[in-house]
Order: sequence, then C-alpha cells, then structure tokens
Amino acid sequence: MALLEVRKLTKRFGGLVALDDVSFEVEKEEIVGLIGPNGAGKTTLFNCVTGFYKPDSGEIHFDGYNMCGLKPHETCLKGMARTFQIVKAFHSMRVIECVTAGALARTDRTQDGKKKALETLEFVGLADKKNVLAGSLTIVDRKRLGLASALATGPKLMLLDEVAAGLNPVEIDDVIRLLRKIRDGGTTLFIVEHVMKLIMPVADRVAVLHHGKKIAEGRGEEVARDEAVIEAYLGRE
Amino acid sequence: MVAFQMSQRRLLLIILIAAALLLPALVTPFILHVAIMVGLFAYLGSAWNLGCGYTGKLSWGHSAFMGLGAYVSTALYMFYAVTPWIGAIAGMIIAAAFGALVGVICFRLGLKGHYFVIATIALAEILRVAFINWSVVGGAWGLLMPVVPDSMYHFQFHSSRLGYYYIIFAMLVAILYVERRIIKSKLGYYFIAIKDDEEMAESLGINAFKYKVIAAAISAALTAFGGTFYAQYVLYISPDTVMAVGVSTEILMGAVVGGMATLGGPVVGAAIIHPIMELSRAYVGGRGLDYVVAGLLTVGVAVLRPHGVIGWVEKAFDALASYLPRVARS
Repeated sequence: MALLEVRKLTKRFGGLVALDDVSFEVEKEEIVGLIGPNGAGKTTLFNCVTGFYKPDSGEIHFDGYNMCGLKPHETCLKGMARTFQIVKAFHSMRVIECVTAGALARTDRTQDGKKKALETLEFVGLADKKNVLAGSLTIVDRKRLGLASALATGPKLMLLDEVAAGLNPVEIDDVIRLLRKIRDGGTTLFIVEHVMKLIMPVADRVAVLHHGKKIAEGRGEEVARDEAVIEAYLGRE
Repeated sequence: MVAFQMSQRRLLLIILIAAALLLPALVTPFILHVAIMVGLFAYLGSAWNLGCGYTGKLSWGHSAFMGLGAYVSTALYMFYAVTPWIGAIAGMIIAAAFGALVGVICFRLGLKGHYFVIATIALAEILRVAFINWSVVGGAWGLLMPVVPDSMYHFQFHSSRLGYYYIIFAMLVAILYVERRIIKSKLGYYFIAIKDDEEMAESLGINAFKYKVIAAAISAALTAFGGTFYAQYVLYISPDTVMAVGVSTEILMGAVVGGMATLGGPVVGAAIIHPIMELSRAYVGGRGLDYVVAGLLTVGVAVLRPHGVIGWVEKAFDALASYLPRVARS
C-alpha cells in the first residue's frame, strides 16, 4: 500500500475551484515532485494534506490512517512534516531551540530533544550556527532551519514547499544532496518546486497540476515532453 | 574568564538578595509599604508574563483572577474560618478553572491580537459586575476582614509589616523559580513557539490550542495567590479594588515596561513603576495622577523600547558585577 494516498480531493474557495478531483499516491521512500504554474493549487494541496485546510470532498490516507479532519499538529504526530513556501521561523529562538521545539514532538525531555536537534543540525549542515538567533539568519539558512525543525519531528513523509526558490546553482546542488540523504535515511519526500534544476534530477516521479487539475504524471523527462504540460507552462500557439 | 564573570554575577545577585532581606531594618514603614507593593506587582507581573508574555496572548483581564483569589480566600476565611493559606489554594484552583474557561472561549473563537485583548477586558468586567450584584460577598461594598492579632495562621501582621514583606519576597522568589523551570521545559519551548509563529508551531506537532489554555490556567492560578496576598495585606476587598480594569493595567504595565518574555522584566518594571505611583499618590495626592504618570511611562517605553528596559538593566548589572572582586569557584 502507498504511504500517502489522495483520492478525488476537491477544495473550493468561494467560486474558485483550487483543487479539482485530484488523485495520486506517494510510495514509501520515493521522492515525488509536484510542479505546475503559479496558482495551480500546489500549496493548497499541501495545506489540505497536512490539515491546514479542510478539503470539501475527497479522501486522504496516510500510513493506514484516514487523515481527513485532523488538525495540523495531529498530522505531524502521525508522521508528516512540512516546510513553508513563505519561510517561517521562531524568530526569537536560537537555531538549536527551533529544532529542539520540533524534536519535542517525540519526547517530553528537553535534554533528549536537544540531543536530537544537534544531530539534525549536523545532518543538514547548520550545526555551526546553532546559537544564532533564527530571526537573524539569511533566507537560505532559514530554509535549512525549517527543514531541520521538520526533520527533527521524525517524519515518515516530508512535504517540502519550494526549498530551492532563490538559491544559486551551487546551493541547489547542496540541497539535492541533502534531499537524497534524507530519503536514504528512510524518509519519503513530496516536493513542490518551480526550480526544474532541482526537481528533474532528484524526483523519481513528477505530477503536474494546472488550474487545480492533475494534467500529467510520470518520470521527469516524460512529463517535460508532455503536450498538455508544455501548453500549461507556455500557452497555446 | 567566563567562569569568573559568572561568579561575579552570582555574587552581585547574592548581594542584592541580601540587601533585599535586610531592607526592612533600614527604611521607614512607608518605604517598606512601597517595597511590599513592588514585590506584589513583581509577583503579579511575573504570573501574567508566564501565561501571556511568553505565549504572546496579551490578557488585559488578569484582575479577574486576582479578584477570584482574593474573594475565595477571604470568603472562606470569614464565613467558614478556613485559614487564608488553604483559601489561597482553593482560590488558585477556581481561578485556574476560570482561566481555562476564558482560554477555551477566546481561542475556540480564534480571537487574536486586539480582539483577544478586548475579550479579556470584557470577561473580567462581566465578573466584576457579577460580584457587584452578588450580595452574599458584600456586593459593591465588598468584604472587610476582621482584624486579629499577628498570626501566620491568620495571615495577618499588624505590629510591623515585616511578615508581609518576607512573605511576598518568598512568593516572588518561588514564582521566579517556577517560571525558570517551566521556560526551560517542553512547555516553555512550546509557549515561545506559539508566540513566534502559531502555524509553524502546529506544523511541528504542537497543539497550540491546548498549550494556550494550559498557559492561561497556570497564569490565572498564580495570579490568584497574589490576590489572596493583597486581601490579607489591605484587609479589605471590593469588586472595584481587586477586579477593575485599572488593576489589570497595573499588573501588565510592569511586564511591558521591564520586558515581556524575560525572567527579570516584570520585576524590573514593577520596581520602576510602583515607587513612582506610590510616591505620586502620597505626595501629589489622590488617585488619578499616578495612572497618568505610569501610563505615560508605559507608552514611552512601548514606543521607544518595545522589548522593555531589561536590556539596559542587564548591561548595568554586568557593569556593576565587573567591579566586584573575583571569587574563585569551588
């Protein structure tokens, strides 16, 4: 059975249908990319899956649980972790404390949480900034911090919303290495991304959303040649 | 080097505590009264800070909890002869329940920012008006406590104010210890996470609603104990003296001026504001001007130093500590 299974998911905002009957699956230890033009409904899909939005209809199954109606913190405790497109951080905390806050999802002891946080910071390569205030980090480091905090909750599935936006090519290569390392550690990844340089090499499979509908799905190069996808991105001749 | 500086700071802290303990021997009864009021509002400000400062859910209705504490212990003492110490615990439990209820109402409704602040004022006002109309506890007249000889059991000290001074000092030390323990625990991490970014907190598995209600209940209970102290010190309570909006304002002003979400902030703030208020009340006369002065000070700090004056005080503290002899650490 797939780790994440979304069936006929629909989400409306007033008259706008942000997600229209979307179905897909994410298999265990897979890296799945979700692409699509601006406004396609990618972030809305993330928000539905992680409990931030309540879908109007459809089903979400994760790791054997029915996730419909769960609150965001409950989806996290079930094993999902996400990052945000608009980078968030606990600005008055130090880096190590931000990650500890994530690690405390799995333990009540701050000592254990801190230990886990340190390991996670080493893992993502942010250990040298552990005592810096989160609010004074650069955007790139803040993204890394968001990733570390989410990773510290010990997720089975991570949903990453535009981790590579605004990064230079060298940094993108770093992120690709990091994502592979996370997957090799046994965590499944579901990635929303505009940066094809990241998604194409790293994703096992890519799904394409356009106007709230899934218009294509498959291996990266197949999807890139797909007529409907090219039309969605470039418009009709 | 760092170890030495640490010990200089600790030495200065010990000196300050010793000075505070010796203070009653050195000052007039009026100054001692001012010191007791500073202690009480440092305590109340810390109770407020623990629930509101760290979570960023700023209550302007804490007089409700202070009033509940004062009324529960006083009524139990006057009508059932229960020692105020037991009454204080009963008051804390009832205030915690009311605090949790206020939290559940406000947070279920999703009230944020100014709307939350206004709701807390309104709920406290409802309680005040209810007490004004509740004749069993004296209505608008309030309750006048019978005076008995000095006694720890009766929580009354008349021959000198020493008893009150040392009790509020112990309460302040205790609440700061509790606050420190909580802030270093999972609860503390979660409070600050909720203040900084509630959505992010939720995404990391933090049940923001639950922890906000817990914060409200803890803060309410601790505030209620301050209410009992006030009742025993003044020996007279009425809805307008312990449940009014002005009392809520006095409670939170110290934390705002000193610095919210810091251990020392409410103490520093109370030590600045309350002497000014008491002195203007005593020497310039009447109520009213004291609020004008304290209000101007609060607005000034809020505009010029939004994080409070604690940063300056910490710098001054460190500078002072550096003059102390270096003590070898054992």
